[in-house]
Amino acid sequence: MLGLTRKDTTILLIVTVLALGAPFLLNPFPISSPLAQFNAGYPDLMQRFVIFGIFAIGFNILFGLTGYLSFGHAAFLGVGSYAGVWMFKLLGMNVIPAILASMIVAGLFSVLIGYISLRRSGIYFSILTLAFAQMSFSLAYSVLTPITGGETGLQLSLNDPRILGQSVTPDGNIPVPSLFGLEMGENTRLVISNWVFTFNVGYYFCAVILILAFYLSIRIFRSPFGLMLRAIKTNQTRLNYTGLNPKPYTLAAFVISGMYAGLAGGLMVAMDPLAGAERMFWTASGEVVLMAILGGAGTLIGPILGAGFIKYMENIVSKINETILHNWFAFLPDGLEDIVVSMVYPFIGKGWHLTLGILFMLVVIFLPGGLVEGGQRIGRIFRRKKKKETGDGSGATTVNPAE
Amino acid sequence: MGILEVKGVGKRFGGLQALGDVNLSVAERSVHAIIGPNGAGKSTLLNCLVGKLIPDTGSVLFDGQSVLGRSPHEINQMGISRVFQTPEIFGDLTVMENMMIPCFAKRDGAFEMNAIASVLSQRDIAAKAEEMLVEMNMADKRDMHASAMSRGDKRRLEIGMCLAQEPRLLLLDEPTAGMARADTNNTIDLLKQIQDERHITIAIIEHDMHVVFSLAERITVLAQGTPLVEDTPDNIKGHPKVREAYLGESTAAA
Ligand SMILES: Nc1ncnc2c1ncn2[C@@H]1O[C@H](COP(=O)(O)OP(=O)(O)O)[C@@H](O)[C@H]1O
Ligand SMILES: [Mg+2]
Repeated sequence: MLGLTRKDTTILLIVTVLALGAPFLLNPFPISSPLAQFNAGYPDLMQRFVIFGIFAIGFNILFGLTGYLSFGHAAFLGVGSYAGVWMFKLLGMNVIPAILASMIVAGLFSVLIGYISLRRSGIYFSILTLAFAQMSFSLAYSVLTPITGGETGLQLSLNDPRILGQSVTPDGNIPVPSLFGLEMGENTRLVISNWVFTFNVGYYFCAVILILAFYLSIRIFRSPFGLMLRAIKTNQTRLNYTGLNPKPYTLAAFVISGMYAGLAGGLMVAMDPLAGAERMFWTASGEVVLMAILGGAGTLIGPILGAGFIKYMENIVSKINETILHNWFAFLPDGLEDIVVSMVYPFIGKGWHLTLGILFMLVVIFLPGGLVEGGQRIGRIFRRKKKKETGDGSGATTVNPAE
Repeated sequence: MGILEVKGVGKRFGGLQALGDVNLSVAERSVHAIIGPNGAGKSTLLNCLVGKLIPDTGSVLFDGQSVLGRSPHEINQMGISRVFQTPEIFGDLTVMENMMIPCFAKRDGAFEMNAIASVLSQRDIAAKAEEMLVEMNMADKRDMHASAMSRGDKRRLEIGMCLAQEPRLLLLDEPTAGMARADTNNTIDLLKQIQDERHITIAIIEHDMHVVFSLAERITVLAQGTPLVEDTPDNIKGHPKVREAYLGESTAAA
């Protein structure tokens, strides 16, 4: 289907179902239950899942396929955000031109940074990208304040021209981002007994773009271009002595992934028209590296899983506080309860970074292929059991690169 | 004039004169062997031919054109393919994918920015790669990870990948080093077959005299960075200077 193999079609369908069904899937617990705090089906959180998913998919095209580890990808996301807000200020509140501008500006910016950084490889490449991103961050705070809004960030105002729209709504407010009149912030609620499901226009807009972006990444992975990128990761020497210059390929991958980051930045401001320089800080670049590696760099679905996982921890696990813990462990005798709570507490709430760090280390050491590899191993165990039951002993193993 | 003309090539690494004053002429469609003791500068000479190193002095002409100052991929596009001392293949890719890459990289080596065109030609490329695998007797390994194969199979794949480019000159750096006898004999047969069917010029560096005397039409003996003699295999075998400098220690082994 759509030029994909059956297996890839399945993966695309899984992502589609997850994305479109998220308001249900992420809200499994009724609001009255104490587990309701683990629900993640809120529009702004779901938007973050999807937007960072797009960011990570794009990052994976560079890092997963070519092995070039960029430590400055948040710069493209930040630049995309600024470009998007400027479109809202100058042109109008339609999200389409804003997102296109985000991608184009981030693309141009990544041509420049990629061209220079790709003169080196390995750790030097990483350091160069990091340096450029930090430079962009500092510039955004200092000399570029007229463009970036400096510390307050770039905001919409009532005086913006918006030549294709209106500067001010009839009731005197700043207009909100919309898709041809359909406002991004609009919600529809569905109440089924104790469950409340929220369907948000902005979220579905992002989800559809995620599905398209994911489809494109599958096509890139399976194309001759993708093969060339994987060849670059494996052995540049052989590629050189096969008459191919790896540079243009790597640069193309860099720019494509920069445009994905720009797209993510554009979607962020389409959901909330405010752009700040902190989006370009190096921790933001590091986060997308974690997402890709945690989920499984070089796999198709891994980065999406990694993005969802990290954003879930950041927003849900971080909210568990001491009182909640005491409630959970109330069944224990008093003394023991305090001990258990004091042992668990450092790993949750504000300590979620600690848990993330430990998980990351465990994954890198025991599951170099990330969560995807974990899933494959579990799948294999089940398949082996089935085989034993049916008495089929053929242990043929085939290789599935970049699954 | 030969297809490859090396004139007065010298290369120095710090205080070490790795190549002195090398002159070499390889006739078109011949098999030319370069032998010499370890550290004689054989690999260095090859590196100077393919653009990995730039010689300090001298000139290298391929088909009348200078290769000096060109990058490795440009030299490859001129029609020179190289097999390395340790096989250089795409270890993380399957055997089939390995073979597809040289098939994409046609001799003009053009970067295919037109994604649609290259997707459309993908089927032809796959067919060509498959054909090449059959010819190399590796079709049954097509879905294997290249890094999981034996040394001999890796070498065979690497040679196949070079041939898929239809080069005019094939350079081999100790293709049988570290191989079992059976793999060595397979490689000799493969190279003979290439020579018979494809009429490619082959320049081969080799330690194993059995391989050299089974294949070469001409032999250059290199010692301490300078060619000692160049002659036919029969004359080399009996050459006193060569026996003294080199063969003395290894004829027994061969
Ligand atoms: N890149 C290099 N830097 C410094 N010395 C080198 C380099 N490459 C080779 N040499 C030295 O040059 C001499 C010739 O090496 P080489 O060409 O590899 O010999 P061989 O005939 O065994 O292939 C050796 O002494 C080696 O140590
Ligand atoms: Mg050598």
